[in-house]
Amino acid sequence: MAATTPADPATRATLEAFADTIIPGVKRSPDDRAIAGVEDDPGAVQAGALEVLADPALGLAEALDGMAGLLNMHAQNHARAGQHILDPAVPPFVALDFDTRTALVQELTDPSHPEREVWFGVALFCTMAFDSAPHLPTAEALAQGHPGLSLVGLRRPDADGLWRFPHFSYRRRLASVHPHTTATGSPA
Amino acid sequence: MTSIEQTDVVVVGSGFGGAIPAYHLAAGGARVVVLERGPWLASHEFQHDFLLGSSYTRIFDFTVGDGMSVLAGNCVGGGSVVYFATMPRAPRFVFDRTGGLGRRMWPSSIDRDTLDPWYDVVSDALPVTEQTWDDVPFAGGLFAAACSRAGRTANPVPSAIDKTLCTNCNWMMAGCRFDAKRSLLLNYLPAALAHGARIRPLHEVQRLTRTPTGGYQVHYDVVDDTDYRLTRGTGVIEAKIVVLAAGAGATPVILQRSAGALGTMPPAVGRYFSGNGERLNTAVVDEARARDLLGLDRGDGTAYEAYQIGRGPCVATWDKLDDSLPEYSRFSLEQLYFPPGLGTVLAQVPGATGPTWFGREKKEMLRRWRSWLTVFTMSEDDNEGVFGAPPQRGNAERIAQQMLGRGSLRYDPTENTLRGWAESDAEVRDILERDGLARVRPWTNDQVGAYTVHPLSSCRIGDDPATSALDDRHELRDHPGIFVTDGSAVPGALTVNPALTIAALAERAVPGLVRAAQRRGVAVSYGAPSPDGTRTRALPPPLAA
Repeated sequence: MAATTPADPATRATLEAFADTIIPGVKRSPDDRAIAGVEDDPGAVQAGALEVLADPALGLAEALDGMAGLLNMHAQNHARAGQHILDPAVPPFVALDFDTRTALVQELTDPSHPEREVWFGVALFCTMAFDSAPHLPTAEALAQGHPGLSLVGLRRPDADGLWRFPHFSYRRRLASVHPHTTATGSPA
Repeated sequence: MTSIEQTDVVVVGSGFGGAIPAYHLAAGGARVVVLERGPWLASHEFQHDFLLGSSYTRIFDFTVGDGMSVLAGNCVGGGSVVYFATMPRAPRFVFDRTGGLGRRMWPSSIDRDTLDPWYDVVSDALPVTEQTWDDVPFAGGLFAAACSRAGRTANPVPSAIDKTLCTNCNWMMAGCRFDAKRSLLLNYLPAALAHGARIRPLHEVQRLTRTPTGGYQVHYDVVDDTDYRLTRGTGVIEAKIVVLAAGAGATPVILQRSAGALGTMPPAVGRYFSGNGERLNTAVVDEARARDLLGLDRGDGTAYEAYQIGRGPCVATWDKLDDSLPEYSRFSLEQLYFPPGLGTVLAQVPGATGPTWFGREKKEMLRRWRSWLTVFTMSEDDNEGVFGAPPQRGNAERIAQQMLGRGSLRYDPTENTLRGWAESDAEVRDILERDGLARVRPWTNDQVGAYTVHPLSSCRIGDDPATSALDDRHELRDHPGIFVTDGSAVPGALTVNPALTIAALAERAVPGLVRAAQRRGVAVSYGAPSPDGTRTRALPPPLAA
């Protein structure tokens, strides 16, 4: 199924800002508000975090508007507590600076927070978008220069799309084995 | 009215605990039906792909609990298809563990000496082979060299892998495309099928009821082949004997759900769950120091940068498997590859000044992913896992179409377990951080709790009816004719990878199973030899499966 992203611009911007807090990236354009721009190379948003979150296989697509609303409510409360004035032109979470977004995500994923599982789940999928691109065939994602797979340095497969490493070993003894090893190689 | 299907034996689950009894009972002449809730994949369907819906998510389950998350196989062949095939025998002291009981956990009839002949049988059947240093991938070599420099020993670990076919692709969790991993699709399952056993994939057993003649009705749902949240029908099979081997995360749930019809379950059903004391540390290796301190060179001037290359864990250090150490202080450390995807988020940044598992510093850590080395602790936990009320069906409320669900397991680690983990963390640091070789930090337990790839003990064997659900023949107490032969039956953490022990216990249970079947009027005998380990092509699913 073709990857889609949430239709509502506020939902999209809010979740992009969340994804950018998990694995930050460079702004897509000078007027990009969702991405805070604390990095010089692409992050979770460019890696496809929104496509992953909206993938029907994960079962979250219909909940995304609600999640964004909830996140913005937390952002508003956080700003109020810190006496920050939020720019009304963008959703409240987007209006926070990177460090404040980070502090809020830490709060929401603290073991004591009642919504921890929700926000950790979103963070998990954002991280997965970056390091494994589960919304794309992996070999294709690598061939297209997927930013996360490229950054981690995942090696390319052979021409048939399968990985093989014929040179895989130092091929020398690198430690003494345990003195109580059985003849079949197990602990005694 | 449609008549209910009849058979002699229903086996629930097709991993080690299911495939081994299924083979022996079928070979002995019994009519055997194996119900497996996951799909049945041919070798060419095991994909090198993280795409949602590829084999990686079709055959693997990640069940989040409260304090413990469980990773387990979900396919024909069960854990043997997704595991890393590392097959050490459990050390002798394990069988004398007392845990929190103040008495021996294992039945008096089982110790290393009595289990060794069964280990031998399974080792020939799969087969399990020793590894030499020439077989050890770079990550294992690095870990061995670091252990040696820190004054420790390190062993290449026996494995059920055909080294001549293995490409060291490290896609083992998605199934082996090359038939190099000696999963049950290459030995016990094809042998069972050859003797007339029937294997039904996507059949998820929900509960058991009793027949008027003392047999059992096994009630199942047929699961959609893509969206496991959906069912495509229901069914019932009647059998004289039921062998439960759905895995330690699922077997007790089936029994809990059956208690209303079958009567009270033994108190140990769904209690005493062990995560095999598992814990992960991820190190980021300093490449220059790996070269200078350990003298490592891949031949092109690169010292390591090889996290991706290999076949799971290949080297372990067993210095802490020392029977003179107190219980809970004994553990093995094994070099491990954990693929991108589910686990990465839990790896914490060594020396982080901000958030430990996300953010800018996490991205910097990811930049050095090729230089990661993960170290796997298997220690002695306190069997503190307890299952809550069963979900409506299966063993989890499924969140995603595949793989991800929320289960009812609650695990609150005791001081003993926490101390063991802390001691193993310190050992990992001492080995890897020496002279700046690497920076290391354990995975966070704050988000999904601890995690185990080796769930055990939730329906265990023992001599004491108060603390063991099964007698030493694996029969469920007070419910004759129901046997449990999977990891649930293992009494406690093993300090090493448990698959060979689960398989050896299943082999050991078969003679008793055959006698029970004979008493129930099944024409079955015991004595067929186990598979000889020579088959080289995995069992493909029948076209109509």
